Amino acid sequence: MRKALLPSVVIIAASLLLLRIFYLQVIDDSFKLKSENNAIKIKYDYPERGYVYDRNGKLLIANQPSYDIMVVPKDVKNIDTLEFCSLLDISKEFFIKKINKAKVYSPMLPSVFLPQLNKLEYAAFQEKIRKFGGFYIQKRSLRDYQVDYGANVFGFITQVNENIVKKNPYYIGGDLIGKQGIEQSYEEFLRGQKGVKYILRDKFNREIGSYKEGKYDTISKQGSDLTLTIDGELQKYGEELMINKWGGIVAIEPKTGEILALVSAPSFNPALLVGRQRSKNYTLLHNDSIAKPLYDRGLLAEYTPGSPFKILTGLIALQEGVVTDSTRFSCHRGFSYARGRFMKCHCSGGAVQLHRGIYQSCNTYFSNCYIKLINKYKDHSYAVDRWADHLKSFGLGAFMGYDLPIGKKGNIPTSKTYNRVYNGWNWDGKTIVSNAIGQGEVLMTPIQLANFMATVANRGYYYTPHIVKRIKGNIIDKKYRTKHTTTIDRKYFEPIITGMNAVYGPGGTASGLGVAGIEICGKTGTAENYLKVNGKRVKLQDHSIFVAFAPRDNPKIAIAVFVENGYWGKRWAGPITTLMIEKYLNKKITKVDFEKRMLTGSLKAQYDKLYPKKHQDSISLINNRIKDSLAKIKRTRDSINGVLKKEIKIDTLQNP
Amino acid sequence: MRNQSVTNNIDWISIVIYIALVVMGWLNIYSSSLSTVSEDASIFDFTQIYGKQFLFIIFSIPIIFVVLSVEAKFYEKYSIIIFAVALLSLIGLFLFGKTIAGQRCWYAIGSFTLQPSEFAKAATSLALAKYLSDVQVNLKDVNRQIQVLIIIFLPVMLILPQPDPGSALIYSVFFIVLYREGLPGWYLLTGFIAIILFVLTLATNNPYIVIGITALVLIINYFRSRLVDRNIIASAILLIVITAFSFSVNFVFNNVFKQHHRDRFNILLGKEVDMKGVGYNTNQSEIAIGSGGFFGKGYLEGTQTKGGFVPEQHTDYIFTTVGEEWGFLGSIFVIGLFVGLILRVIYLAERQKTKFSRVYGYCVAGILFIHFFVNIAMVVGVFPTIGVPLPFFSYGGSGLWGFTILLFIFLKMDANKVNEW
Repeated sequence: MRKALLPSVVIIAASLLLLRIFYLQVIDDSFKLKSENNAIKIKYDYPERGYVYDRNGKLLIANQPSYDIMVVPKDVKNIDTLEFCSLLDISKEFFIKKINKAKVYSPMLPSVFLPQLNKLEYAAFQEKIRKFGGFYIQKRSLRDYQVDYGANVFGFITQVNENIVKKNPYYIGGDLIGKQGIEQSYEEFLRGQKGVKYILRDKFNREIGSYKEGKYDTISKQGSDLTLTIDGELQKYGEELMINKWGGIVAIEPKTGEILALVSAPSFNPALLVGRQRSKNYTLLHNDSIAKPLYDRGLLAEYTPGSPFKILTGLIALQEGVVTDSTRFSCHRGFSYARGRFMKCHCSGGAVQLHRGIYQSCNTYFSNCYIKLINKYKDHSYAVDRWADHLKSFGLGAFMGYDLPIGKKGNIPTSKTYNRVYNGWNWDGKTIVSNAIGQGEVLMTPIQLANFMATVANRGYYYTPHIVKRIKGNIIDKKYRTKHTTTIDRKYFEPIITGMNAVYGPGGTASGLGVAGIEICGKTGTAENYLKVNGKRVKLQDHSIFVAFAPRDNPKIAIAVFVENGYWGKRWAGPITTLMIEKYLNKKITKVDFEKRMLTGSLKAQYDKLYPKKHQDSISLINNRIKDSLAKIKRTRDSINGVLKKEIKIDTLQNP
Repeated sequence: MRNQSVTNNIDWISIVIYIALVVMGWLNIYSSSLSTVSEDASIFDFTQIYGKQFLFIIFSIPIIFVVLSVEAKFYEKYSIIIFAVALLSLIGLFLFGKTIAGQRCWYAIGSFTLQPSEFAKAATSLALAKYLSDVQVNLKDVNRQIQVLIIIFLPVMLILPQPDPGSALIYSVFFIVLYREGLPGWYLLTGFIAIILFVLTLATNNPYIVIGITALVLIINYFRSRLVDRNIIASAILLIVITAFSFSVNFVFNNVFKQHHRDRFNILLGKEVDMKGVGYNTNQSEIAIGSGGFFGKGYLEGTQTKGGFVPEQHTDYIFTTVGEEWGFLGSIFVIGLFVGLILRVIYLAERQKTKFSRVYGYCVAGILFIHFFVNIAMVVGVFPTIGVPLPFFSYGGSGLWGFTILLFIFLKMDANKVNEW
């Protein structure tokens, strides 16, 4: 018995070991994967993001190299912390905090120590990097904005968040992705395709050769360059005109649906959202919840359209045959549409025809049109739905399908709306007559307003507005090359357009705003607006609205301008429209007095009223900080340019 | 006599297995050290680990010749002196030893280091064999038991403070040898139960559970035994002893053990999940072995081995290279070689005509077994991390020569069996 103990122990022990090894090697599969994660490093080769040009080939967005300082905490030994910190302009506490954070993540794997250094900071650090074991530099590519406008059009790039990584297998943590604007909607074209290299590495993350001779590696594909439909000069001019005003400008080329300018005010310099200060600046912009600089008013703001809507009322009335261009309605400086309900009118009164109805913006005329329109059929619900269908054929009340990632539908009321609101009532045209003059339930965004103007300019059709003209190597989506025809016959447009042209004539609501040599057709608008303050409806200063297209024959630009709280149409929106049209068509401004008044004019006092008293200080604080931030960007840009020049000098010395 | 020459009588099976293990060991050391070497280094570059191991292997040939050419009687005659020299060399470490990685276990001669504890195993085996082969020794006698324990614990006491718990652990195998030679069985049984209670206490981390289970077993035992055998006092004493043991294990573990000792146990018990920190070694070695699969990744193709992810891969973790590059088949082969060698030595030992060489042979088999078992069990993650090399495989001159001398002294004795002395 005693002899048997050791041999049996040996055999039992060896069998147990073999069982365990069998489990590890044959049964449990997880180790294979772990081993690959361990020893095979996937190295990504990021292609340069596509450049962005304006419609005239002017470069708007290029790329700049950016340098992240990476750290492998395990390898950090005996470095001169003081020198390191002063070199990068960081505090010792910051240094310790970052190192500890990296250690917690992993002592062996690299983590970002300081992201997005610019060339200047990089050059200074690179010189001394040998002294700082454990640190190395990872090059990435960031946007380099060549212009200081168009932030709302461009959007920005940011690191992907966990949600995106989970949803889209293309992205991994730390990747950059376009957010908002064209950066988002054309992300897949702009980013290109990153290349993958599988590299064998050792435990120190040192690379020791490619895996299986690069059998699984892929080559990166360069991002495609975009040409925007935006006219850089016009966009810039629009943003300048809107300084100290809030609102939006949308200009469209009627023949193609190309967006020439998309201005949202207040605007900001796109460079604010690049580099080390990005998230700080973004928070600042984001936190201004009243001026909302990140809110693209051209696409998102739903306003009551006001008087420009009369054009639509007129067109539909003509199409439905309830009026002709010679039908007269008598105006008594107002219109009594129900007992005790009186709608004021600012026209010169008397018997008003369509022509004068438009150029003097007669409320009475269009109210009568509208009542006739709705009361044409016994079934008012049917009449309202017909009216709504006409409007919808202009692309109203729906996302139009333009190639920017944000938008609002606006609102076109239908019989459903009114049957709900006036449940049990026998409502008719008079009940909802405020729709006639654009003050009812109808809501439109500036881009819808501009598109409707382009449709009028085209006499009855439009192309879906879009902002990208060409993608290098690709053609733009078919839907931007498809003609949308309205339900209004072409012949009904001409009388309306004649009226719109007369707006600029004597007695017109925009008389004096015209430019010699350009036949502009336009329409003023003044929209009442209210704000709910503590549950009470408070009337605010009216919005100033203007829509126009020019020239009258063969139109090249259709435009909608919205200035919040800008009193009435002619005061702010009108002159801005004129200047934009002149800028685009003539490339120079003759209305210098207008220009001066618009550039220097400010509605700040109006807007300050919107802020609660106690917040006004913090708003100015935010503004100051943004100003500082911009100044800093400018300083670094200047100093980088300085460095570049110096480098070139050295080169020329060395290679005479 | 005709058949007296060593070459005719020596056990060639053992030698073939020995050569196979040494050669495979070198091949795997070569593979595992490539991660630190540039591509164009020569195989015989003696500044590299595999080059040095090659030298160690070459040097073991004259050592074998010397060991085999010495009279077999010499080992018995001078065993006490050899033991004394080994003990002195261990004591000398406290004065002249060189400290590497916190352990004072080496003598440094120039750039060359020697680890005396590797040779002390053979010396202790000789001393034990000599003592037990005395006709008057009866292991049932408590005095003899104490004396034999002194022989075993002398080197252990000198090795533990170096500190080298791995080498000290090896000496526990001598209890199996003693059992073979007549030590009462309850020694082993007590030790076995103690280990189970130890693990159980740590795994549950609650002495009361262990005590409860023990009480239940005792109660069942009490009622199942015949009336005359029922001894309530003995059961009660046993319960008290176990209670005290369980509590003291808990106390020692939480208050005497250092954190890294606790960590090593906790990893095995699945309590620690910090795979970048304390669990790194075990985790990486499991990954390396597990990724090998059934057929392995092929020699020199192991990604984990090339990447050097497994710490100490050429010494204590050399088996991970086998597992990764040779797969389950290679693992079976290597384990088969070890089991074959150990069983062969046991068989040869049982065949010995003198008690001295039988006890010595048993010691050799036991020492080889406990190294083999503890090392591979540690590498595959079922034993706490402890520094025990894999015989003939792991990198290191002292280890290779120590095991070579250990084995070949026995092979010499075995070859001499026909030559009565």
